[in-house]
Amino acid sequence: MAVDRPRRRLTASPAAWLVWGAVALFFVNLAGLIGSVVVSSLGTRWFDSWLPMGYTTRWYSWAWREFGLLDVLVTTLEVSLLVIVISVALGVPASYVLARRSFPGKRALTMVFLLPVLMPPITYGIPLATMLYKVGLAGHTSGVVLANLVPSVPFVILTMTPFIEQIDPTIERAARMCGATTAQVFRGILAPLLLPGILASSILVGVRTVGMFELTFLTAGPDSQTLVVALYYSMSAAGIRAQQSVDAMAVMYTSMMLVLLVVALRFVNPTQLVAQATDDPDR
Amino acid sequence: MSGDSQRFTRLRLEGVTRRFSGTAALSGVSLTIEQGEFIALLGPSGCGKSTALNCIAGLLPLSEGSIWLDDSRLDTLPPQRRGFGMVFQNYALFPHLSVRRNVAFGLQMRRLPRGEIRQRVDAALRLVRLADQADKLPGQLSGGQQQRVAIARAVVIEPSLVLMDEPLSNLDAKLRLEMRTEIRRLHQSLGLTTIYVTHDQEEALSLADRLVVLRAGRVQQVGGPEDLHTRPANPHVADFMGYRNLLPMVAGPRGGATVLVEGGGLRWHGTPVGDINPGQAVVAAARPEDVRITDPGDPSAVPAAVEVVEYQGREVAIEARCARGTLLHLRADRRYAPGCPVAVTVDPERLLVFPAGAGNGEEP
Amino acid sequence: MAQPAAWRHRMAERGVDWQLLLLGPATICVLGLFVYPFCYGVGLSLQPEGGDVLASYRRFFTDAYERDTIWTTLRLALPAALFNVLASVPIACRMRGRFRGRRALTTLLVIPITLGTVLTAEGLLNYFGPTGWFNRILLSTGIVDTPVRLTNNVTGVMLSLVITGFPFAFLLIGSYLAGIDPALERAAATLGAGGWQRFWRITLPLLAPGLATTFCLTFVLAFSVFPSAVLVGDPAGTTRVISIAAYHAAYEAYDYSLASAIAVIMGVIELIILAAVLGWRSLLYTGSTRGKG
Repeated sequence: MAVDRPRRRLTASPAAWLVWGAVALFFVNLAGLIGSVVVSSLGTRWFDSWLPMGYTTRWYSWAWREFGLLDVLVTTLEVSLLVIVISVALGVPASYVLARRSFPGKRALTMVFLLPVLMPPITYGIPLATMLYKVGLAGHTSGVVLANLVPSVPFVILTMTPFIEQIDPTIERAARMCGATTAQVFRGILAPLLLPGILASSILVGVRTVGMFELTFLTAGPDSQTLVVALYYSMSAAGIRAQQSVDAMAVMYTSMMLVLLVVALRFVNPTQLVAQATDDPDR
Repeated sequence: MSGDSQRFTRLRLEGVTRRFSGTAALSGVSLTIEQGEFIALLGPSGCGKSTALNCIAGLLPLSEGSIWLDDSRLDTLPPQRRGFGMVFQNYALFPHLSVRRNVAFGLQMRRLPRGEIRQRVDAALRLVRLADQADKLPGQLSGGQQQRVAIARAVVIEPSLVLMDEPLSNLDAKLRLEMRTEIRRLHQSLGLTTIYVTHDQEEALSLADRLVVLRAGRVQQVGGPEDLHTRPANPHVADFMGYRNLLPMVAGPRGGATVLVEGGGLRWHGTPVGDINPGQAVVAAARPEDVRITDPGDPSAVPAAVEVVEYQGREVAIEARCARGTLLHLRADRRYAPGCPVAVTVDPERLLVFPAGAGNGEEP
Repeated sequence: MAQPAAWRHRMAERGVDWQLLLLGPATICVLGLFVYPFCYGVGLSLQPEGGDVLASYRRFFTDAYERDTIWTTLRLALPAALFNVLASVPIACRMRGRFRGRRALTTLLVIPITLGTVLTAEGLLNYFGPTGWFNRILLSTGIVDTPVRLTNNVTGVMLSLVITGFPFAFLLIGSYLAGIDPALERAAATLGAGGWQRFWRITLPLLAPGLATTFCLTFVLAFSVFPSAVLVGDPAGTTRVISIAAYHAAYEAYDYSLASAIAVIMGVIELIILAAVLGWRSLLYTGSTRGKG
């Protein structure tokens, strides 16, 4: 470790300059992109000029009233919480068995659990929505929740696997040798040790559900829209509404996601946010 | 299901076999363990000793055979209903529970009254001399202390049988010696029947009343420490018990209690183990400490040249090569320069002669 | 009494016991909500309103407007996924080890994940649009004379895919890279390998399986592009991707058979690409990336 310099010298190679330059360019443009939306959402009129003519916050209150955002937010929260609770309840025990045990047909079952994460949501979303409409579940919160469970349960299984593998199996054996039944092992040993993992995976499922567009879009009715879907409708119906109010809504959505993610980052490594499939074919 | 009511007189393994995807890790092991005994299961890694222990614990189902505690069949019971205590190689302490709650866990599972739990936990912690660490978490303890917690957790339930799976192998050399004495002291004071798995023959010899040597899933020899040390049953056991010189030779005529063996430029008298006929291929086994440097005039002396010298404190370990290329391991009380010519010999009673291939078949 | 116990025992030896029931609820959920609808979709696609069993598929493949959506999608998704992976590698390599501001940089990279499609789309339209800041800078510095058209076409969708996909690829590759034992590179250095040689001969072969996985995952994201193709693309023309075709068939033409057929075709294409990449990956060394056994 002594070889590592405490700080990178400024006399880095041209390749290094190139790489850092590209990163800087990415961030500058990203900042411009976000900034333009924020400025637009706060501006009065903004046409062919560097900055808007004046500033106002009325687009926010307007968007709040016009789009019925309170209801949308309540729906979003309701859907997300239901999806989190159900997918954790279903996913954690399954993940435990898949991580710990080997049994006939395990590979096939793992594949079945992996597929929903690998498939574009549209491919199964359309037939699923058709099916849900047939049985009368689509168009309501229950249909949205059911559709969102499809990627969420496998996602919980995948994110919980490393947490479960971290726990030394001899600890469970030790508990059994102390006389604990399977239920007691789960309650007394596994649940407290897995709590951080369950928390992390719940937050990640929450982030994904709030951001999940396609499945919600396909199954939601007028009163079961989540924030992303409401946003999409407001934007694709552009011309009717002022663009600034859409911008205001988008800023609200992003702030909400940002809060969720900042909370998430306290519990999880950033790579877990994206590592959907912790695949390990050698296992 | 509390342990103290479960005194037994005999634990029997009958033809215990365990296969992993077709290959037998343990085949046909039969063994009887009396109450109060300290038994060591000994063997190189992969010999099946840990499999045997896990089968007894109930953590692994058997492929064949049965396990009996006196007259009740044990192998169909899940581990939590067998009432045994177990100490694991990596301690397996519950990381989120304090030392006290780790030790109390088994008693809580048995739903004992709070007062009794407290009293028994305190007693167990005093026994392993950790009373002052009771409220720490396992992560705050040293390796030796963690191992003592693991032992306290296993014995506090007063199990009818304590299983120990290489409990000392994660400790450094000095601590290992201390804990060895500790385990022996505990066994003597509590009298708990103990099955102890290890690959360290010295550990097994110093701790156990009886040793069971396993190889490739089969029992090679069962006996007391002296039996194994001086009369290994076959070359494999000999190899494992520190007979580093294993020389392929041919038997000559017998003379009284000894037999002449020849091969590799050596011509020595040895003690036969089993039936040896003249002309038969044999393996002659001797410990390095029994091979001596002697006067060149000795009739049994074999000339050899020193190759490698290792200083080992009280003595030096030497590798010497005979004229025909056979390599011998021996000990000497002073240093020799590499290349130095020496004459070596072995006393006939210290050279064990086994039929070649003994211990490879079905029967030991 | 002895018989059932022994039977349970035999099953337990093969790894089958009551504990496997814990898999039940999750399995039922995935079977009921994923496998069954998928099969239902396949069935639906084979029952067109008129014509024979394969009529929906035939309609898709004979109508150039529909058929070309495959090409449109792949032309967007493959380069986007490839770019995201390839651009991430040098940056992730630069960011190995400890340095000041590393955590801040990682957090900054997470921000695009929070943006969501709509803010990204609005931002792209505002910022990269003909009167946006980007074009203003180009115009005022004299690099161009007329505004560059970057939105409502393929470029816009591509930019959107890069903004959302790049951080994703970067974080994944960073975690794969962190898993490679730095002692291996140091060992190569003691054997006389220079910086490039260490990268080509040690780091890259160990990283390659991770790159393949990352490519697959970013490709899945890019392949299912739907909102951004509508919002910042040219949804009736150059960015009419296959998911738009499927959506139109289902919710505007109400032809569920054709919609299901398109969904099935989409799934098959996706699986073919994944199988190709993962097949290539299985040829690579995929074992431990630590220096020890």
